[in-house]
Amino acid sequence: MISLNVNGKVYNVDVPPDTPLVWVLRDHLKLMGTKYACGVGECGACTVHVDGVAKRSCVIPVGDVHGKKIVTIEGLPKNHPVKRAWIMEQVPQCGFCQPGTIMQVAYLIAKTPNPDPEKVLKEMDDIICRCGTYPRMKKAIKKAIELSKKGVKK
Amino acid sequence: MKELKLTRRSFLKATGLVIAVSITPFGTKIINASERGSFDGTFKPSVWYEITPDNKVTIYFGNSEMGQGSMTALPMIVADELEAHWKYVQVKQAPADDSFKSPILGAQVTVASASVRGFYEPLRKAGAVGRAMFIKAAAETWGVPEDECFARLSTVFHRKSRKKMTYGQLVERASKLKVPENAPLKEEKDFRYIGKPMRRIDIPDKVEGKAIFGLDIQVPGMVCAVVAHPPAYNAKPVSFDEALALAIKGVKKVVKIPQGIAVLADDFYSAQKGKEALNVKWDEGSHPYMNSEYIEKYFMECLDKPGAVAKNVGDTQKALSEAKKTYEAVYYLPHVAHAMMEPINVTVHLQKDRCDIWAPTQAQTGTRMAASRVTGLPPEKIHVHTTFLGCGLGRRSQVDFIVEACEIAKHYDKPIKLIWTREDDIKYDRFRAATCQRIKAGLDGDGNVVAWHQKVVCTSILKFYNPAWIKNGVDYFCLWGIVDSPPPPVFSSTVYEFPNFYVEQYLSELPIPAAPWRSVQNAPNAFVIECFIDELAHASGKDPIEFRMNLLKNSPRARTVLETVREMSGWGKPLPKGKGRGIAQHSCFGSYVAQVAEVAVNEKTGEIKVEKVFCAVDCGPYVNPDTIVAQIEGAIILGISTALKEEVLFDKGGVKSSNFDDYKILRMSEVPEIRVEILKSKEKIGGIGEPGVTPVAPAVANAFFNATGVRIRRLPMNPKIVLEALRRK
Repeated sequence: MISLNVNGKVYNVDVPPDTPLVWVLRDHLKLMGTKYACGVGECGACTVHVDGVAKRSCVIPVGDVHGKKIVTIEGLPKNHPVKRAWIMEQVPQCGFCQPGTIMQVAYLIAKTPNPDPEKVLKEMDDIICRCGTYPRMKKAIKKAIELSKKGVKK
Repeated sequence: MKELKLTRRSFLKATGLVIAVSITPFGTKIINASERGSFDGTFKPSVWYEITPDNKVTIYFGNSEMGQGSMTALPMIVADELEAHWKYVQVKQAPADDSFKSPILGAQVTVASASVRGFYEPLRKAGAVGRAMFIKAAAETWGVPEDECFARLSTVFHRKSRKKMTYGQLVERASKLKVPENAPLKEEKDFRYIGKPMRRIDIPDKVEGKAIFGLDIQVPGMVCAVVAHPPAYNAKPVSFDEALALAIKGVKKVVKIPQGIAVLADDFYSAQKGKEALNVKWDEGSHPYMNSEYIEKYFMECLDKPGAVAKNVGDTQKALSEAKKTYEAVYYLPHVAHAMMEPINVTVHLQKDRCDIWAPTQAQTGTRMAASRVTGLPPEKIHVHTTFLGCGLGRRSQVDFIVEACEIAKHYDKPIKLIWTREDDIKYDRFRAATCQRIKAGLDGDGNVVAWHQKVVCTSILKFYNPAWIKNGVDYFCLWGIVDSPPPPVFSSTVYEFPNFYVEQYLSELPIPAAPWRSVQNAPNAFVIECFIDELAHASGKDPIEFRMNLLKNSPRARTVLETVREMSGWGKPLPKGKGRGIAQHSCFGSYVAQVAEVAVNEKTGEIKVEKVFCAVDCGPYVNPDTIVAQIEGAIILGISTALKEEVLFDKGGVKSSNFDDYKILRMSEVPEIRVEILKSKEKIGGIGEPGVTPVAPAVANAFFNATGVRIRRLPMNPKIVLEALRRK
């Protein structure tokens, strides 16, 4: 049995420890917001937070995250600045890659106290959006940083 | 998105005003379908919407939403003419039914940028009918003339008495009225939603991770299926170890199907482990010697083989021999993958008397027909439930994966979800057709093009899609952007007019499958034509935009987009050394697009950086301008990706490329600044999903020439190809 803390809830799953985390989330916990797209950590569609750090859940064996805190798109608050910015800038087209991208941006913004948009943009080349929503992602990243700063001031 | 369980019976039990529209080649017929018995058995509505006493307007969406935004745009059209308040509008995915056939395409299918352009007029009429009926119902209730009443945001008002009633309050009375003939359409100035940037209805769920794609479908009792596919074309399994696969925990069954060997398991990872345990040995297939170099050489050789004549106007040979000057160039564009972010998948539950299919598909009609063929059930027993599509790009217009899943389902009595890995998705893609083309053109003394001779060698699309549509040996799908297709007509000719015009096609005999890929072959063909036109402009010493304008005397829409983009881009202003500017234009699916690309070339590394792209588009009347800008931005980025990076590699008779680590596509830092201008146009409505991709690659290649004085006639323009070209300088 592997014990997982996902979005604040504890789950015990009976799977081989080499099972990639993405398939545990999807097939066993039925959390379908985390997507499988490449399986080799090249595209970012499966990004989740493990102890607060953005990770590619398709290349993490579930045995490695036993007891760690995992947050998926479902666990990111609805009023999170990145989710709000994504709606304000109308980013998604097909939308398949967006949950992973949102998780990545949420991490990049959270990891420094005063995030610099240009620095965040430089760390976005390890995600792929086939629809080409990058121009809007760029705007939304800037917007999300603004929103998160406002949130801090309050 | 709630899945819609709508049968004709339950539909007829609706409690509100139901407007149904039948779109036939002979026109639009609208009926009030609120009451049982409104259907006479022959009536096949293509559009349904319903207003209930709680004011809700439910609009059924029969197309596929794959990012292009028509799930928002089509309801905007209905709601505008209906004068409904947007907050009351909800959209439901419609089932697969012949009733939802596209008026343009004759099938329920989301391709050819046809959703909005096909449904624009019928949906306007359908909405207007509802508005007129509510006004009439109110006027009757109050005993006043209809022309003293008006509708505003789901409410009817009486001007003099200031009485008002909501649509919900009027539903009962309105539902008993006959459909008025010639219900007045709004004037453009009165549009409330059409032409205004509206937020998309699918975005909130997509941001929350709640949108249900095919991959996310859950059906009770479902198992997961993966397939060991042959590594080379036409390779057959020599041996495999079923027992080893079955020994993996969770594996339920191993099934040999025509497409390969399927492993069924409780979950994806167990199935995948089972597939590895199979240890399948394959024979070498039909073309073991085939690799990328072989394919390119083969295509080049085919340029000299006689092909089928697709177009022959005037006497091109004679005109060429009499021309003042002649020019010739050869182009090669390799196979390109769709590489949609959601890998190919579908869920099938086959029972004795019905088959349910949950599919991210662009082709509901095609899915039904294909499943019917495999299962032996009649099409009406095939129930297709369309999910969101994690991108489509034309790949999901194909039914090969539907067929594969149905083959597996025949061996299993519970629902199966077929999932292709990313590697499957790339290796067993039906690619954008590779093409090799030779163009010869003759110019007269004034620089007019008097003869155009184009030989097109390409992988056939229709051989896999629908061989019956190959006419006189010509695959017209591969010629979109060059010539019109014969009946059923597709107006896909180049917008240039040549007095002597000859097009010949030779279809590759290699086993590589192809399919439509955003714009079908418009993009590759536009690359060839627009690069060569640029060469001719340069050869005759003319400005590339002026040269095109001269050839487009009878095409005011093409001229206008060129003029607009000339203004936008600062055409003619000097650029620093190492930078260049290029132009290209193309028209397809009824829309006109011109783009200017600005590039910076690093002659040491061979890297091209596209810094800016300016785009002018005339698509006639438009519905959601924000979506149009998004579609054009995305199309430009996809086009740059094919221009600079994408090439499917082959080896040992199969596909060598496998995942995003060896099939590179454009990433965020490589995306240029993009400016889009949508022209105000009263012309016929055109499509928008695809046209934006067509001029990008040639604009970039022409900009590279502008920067370096060197032509590149082979895609992708990656550092290797660029350095080779620069060495020939």
